[in-house]
Amino acid sequence: MIRVILPAHLRTLARVNGDVALEVGGLITQCAVLDSLETAYPMLRGTIRDFTTKERRPFIRFFACGQDLSDAPFDNVLPDAVLTGSQPFRIVGAMSGG
Amino acid sequence: MSKIRIAVGTRKGAFILTSDEKREHWDIDGPHFAGWEIYHVTGTPTDPNRLYASQSNGWFGQVIQRSNDGGKTWDPVGNQFTYDGVPGTHQWYDGSQHPWEFKRVWHLEPSLTDPDLLYAGVEDAALFRSSDGGSTWQELSGLRNVKGNLWQPGAGGMCLHTILLSPDNPDRMFVAISAAGAFRTDDGGETWQPVNQGLKSDGELPDADAEVGHCVHSIAMHPSRPNVLFMQKHWDVMRSDNAGESWYEVSGSLPSDFGFPIAVHAHEPNTIYVVPIKSDSEHFPPEGKLRVYRSRTGGNEWEALTNGLPQRDCYVNVLRNALAVDSLDSCGIYFGTTGGQVYRSVDSGDSWMPIVRDLPPVLSLEVQVLP
Repeated sequence: MIRVILPAHLRTLARVNGDVALEVGGLITQCAVLDSLETAYPMLRGTIRDFTTKERRPFIRFFACGQDLSDAPFDNVLPDAVLTGSQPFRIVGAMSGG
Repeated sequence: MSKIRIAVGTRKGAFILTSDEKREHWDIDGPHFAGWEIYHVTGTPTDPNRLYASQSNGWFGQVIQRSNDGGKTWDPVGNQFTYDGVPGTHQWYDGSQHPWEFKRVWHLEPSLTDPDLLYAGVEDAALFRSSDGGSTWQELSGLRNVKGNLWQPGAGGMCLHTILLSPDNPDRMFVAISAAGAFRTDDGGETWQPVNQGLKSDGELPDADAEVGHCVHSIAMHPSRPNVLFMQKHWDVMRSDNAGESWYEVSGSLPSDFGFPIAVHAHEPNTIYVVPIKSDSEHFPPEGKLRVYRSRTGGNEWEALTNGLPQRDCYVNVLRNALAVDSLDSCGIYFGTTGGQVYRSVDSGDSWMPIVRDLPPVLSLEVQVLP
């Protein structure tokens, strides 16, 4: 199981309280995790990545194991600790400043 | 006894205000979608329980919400707004051509006959249609064929903010776009023509009489006279008596003819309302006095409506979708401000009371009389 932590607004939109647990088949990449997330919670489509290009929205960040994976290739396999479920894959709203 | 419902969209959520027909005591429900910008929330004319809301923010983009129980609970529906075909380009601030990019939905306009049919006006300016209650959206791309390559965003963005459906002709519709102008279709949205003849934009356009490029802020019509249109332009209040074929100015005695919203009385098609704002560089009421102006003559002669409104030190704005009327016998007028106040008048504007004072900045306000 992959554990995904959503930002507060997306937890509300998806109607979940804590982490989201996802069964992801095949190579477990960012793209595969996001595909599974959007399949399980279709109301999240378009809120994390662009519908057409599948690119990350500008003010979304992806963190895992203390690393910023936002600009890592989408088809890179995620860190082992994420694959085993001991660490979450975090989807974060970027700091807005001000 | 009838019930009144005001659907308020704000910078930080939606609020549903309800009252009986006396309109003295109001229940305030919200915020719905707390923390999100709600550019528009509106009920459908044919089903009082069906509402739609446009929910967006800079992080997570666009969501469309639908309620089937009068706004108590909501479900997200379709949020994929994909321009038809190759989107093409429009004029950019530096004179170059810039690709069309979807940013948000400014306005939702449900059909007059079918609660599952509605239109969405979006930024970058385009019109979308859904025939399945907002689950899927298709662009009516003929609109952007009307010299769309010459449209240019203003400071507030290149938004399609007004959609008027003609009550006597299901194939006729008007839309208005900031810094592009007004447009009409007579074939259900397949083809469009600009309807801007008579608009003058001396300070804003090199060609003051240009076919497109005028900054229209809002348009209103009375359902009994669908060929008579009233417009609040960037500067100038305008009127057309021939479905937009030509316009003439009716600013008359207004203290400033800059402003954003315009509305028509529910039972008097020649009675119109505007909220004058000092200028395009100072978005607040002239002299710090919040005044709604009413014309009972279809323009030119205006009277200030001040009873109950702050007449000193008031520096709020009233945005284009934030003025509305109800259809009770004693017509109610409502508006919301960027200071978070929602005011109501139950006597056609003669006197005003705040319903609520401290909401987030109000972006839009729609009123519906419920059975």
